[in-house]
Amino acid sequence: MLSFLFTVIRRDLMLAARRRGDWLTSQFFFVMVASMFPLGIGPDPVTLKLIGPGVVWVSALLASLLSLPRLLAEDYRDGSLEQMLLTPQPPVLLALGKSLAHWLIYGIPLLIISPILGIQFALPAEAIAVLMLSLLIGTPILSLLGSVGAALTLGLRGSGVLLTLLILPLYVPVLIFGAGAVDAAMAGTGAESHLSLLGAILVLTLLVAPWIAAAALKVSIE
Amino acid sequence: MAINLYYYASPATFYQLSGKLIPWFGWSAVILTAIGLYISFFMAPTDFQQGEAYRIIFIHVPAAWMSMFIYLVMAFWGAIGLAFKTRLSFMMSRALAPTGALFTFIALWTGALWGKPMWGAWWVWDARLTSELILLFLYIGIMALWAAIDDPQRGDRAGALLTLVGAINVPIIYFSVKWWNTLHQGASVSLTKAPSMAKIMLIGMLVMAIAAWLYTIAVALYRVRTLILERERNTDWVKALVEK
Repeated sequence: MLSFLFTVIRRDLMLAARRRGDWLTSQFFFVMVASMFPLGIGPDPVTLKLIGPGVVWVSALLASLLSLPRLLAEDYRDGSLEQMLLTPQPPVLLALGKSLAHWLIYGIPLLIISPILGIQFALPAEAIAVLMLSLLIGTPILSLLGSVGAALTLGLRGSGVLLTLLILPLYVPVLIFGAGAVDAAMAGTGAESHLSLLGAILVLTLLVAPWIAAAALKVSIE
Repeated sequence: MAINLYYYASPATFYQLSGKLIPWFGWSAVILTAIGLYISFFMAPTDFQQGEAYRIIFIHVPAAWMSMFIYLVMAFWGAIGLAFKTRLSFMMSRALAPTGALFTFIALWTGALWGKPMWGAWWVWDARLTSELILLFLYIGIMALWAAIDDPQRGDRAGALLTLVGAINVPIIYFSVKWWNTLHQGASVSLTKAPSMAKIMLIGMLVMAIAAWLYTIAVALYRVRTLILERERNTDWVKALVEK
């Protein structure tokens, strides 16, 4: 069972390592979107500090969404997804492994890049630390929820935009608590409650999302 | 007398039954709307704080109730469909979605109309308004998914799964938005109504809510009939119906 999970994750990591261009696009997207905001709003550090946490988080949501089609679509196109579903292994583990691999490939880099964006928005050091922590807890939720959307829209026309429409409303709590944690840290009220709630959402999503994604996979491949 | 649910779960028999039910629900909706509007415009007193503008709640509140309730009913039918593989349940879910989205939109629209004279702003990022907006997004997402999937069976089940995910998420969204709102908007307007409401106002609102219910049932049944005809177009009974 567990070896199946690790095999799925290792396979995706290897594929990503061999297609580095693909992988980097999403990270550059994250940096570029966040950098557009100061250009549109103005370089005043007070304003930037105010909008910084929200902008970084929204950019992370969008970057995560942008990479979701790669979670399953390529395996679907070359038929390997169908073969993996035909194995006697439980599809729930396949869905879980795919989401975890997506998080490792696309979520962790966001976390590592985020301090640079924090500096761009004149965030203090403690706030940047909280930002990284909130992204650490929040990005796996994005990957897990995203796997449901990716499985539902498999092989549909215009699935990219459709995926955004389906998944973005579900990302709202993550955005609120993620950006809220950084805001609270800067206001001096402590980020702990936000981070705890984010952790609670992570546990709930971890319990529910892989099952629904597995059911959606079965619906989409028949 | 026990009603045989399996008998009515068949699209062919349900088509006949719903055809008989629609006029009842439709006409009682019309009559109750007339009564409700009469109560709300002529019998309910003018509010001493809000003046005449408060009367929009007679449409706003029932619409907001319906918008949330229809979503739950959709999730219920979706769950039934997934569990028992009944075709009709999925069709009910599909038939309800446009009405739910319509009520959500009406609730937002009338809320804006009420907010302008009361708060001086068309839109305030109040917790209830924001969650209602996100509910509208959820409806739109589900309808977009149905529209994108050509195969009806896949569409049915995919839509039901998404509705269920949304149903789990709705309370989480509501509480997170509420919390976000209290943190960000310390000293802003409060939506909490006056503690006591004149009885006649409450009656007017309830009558309008029941009218909205009946309207929803009538419209959903009408839409379900269309869906049944579309799906069953290759069966003998539909052919016989067309030739009649």
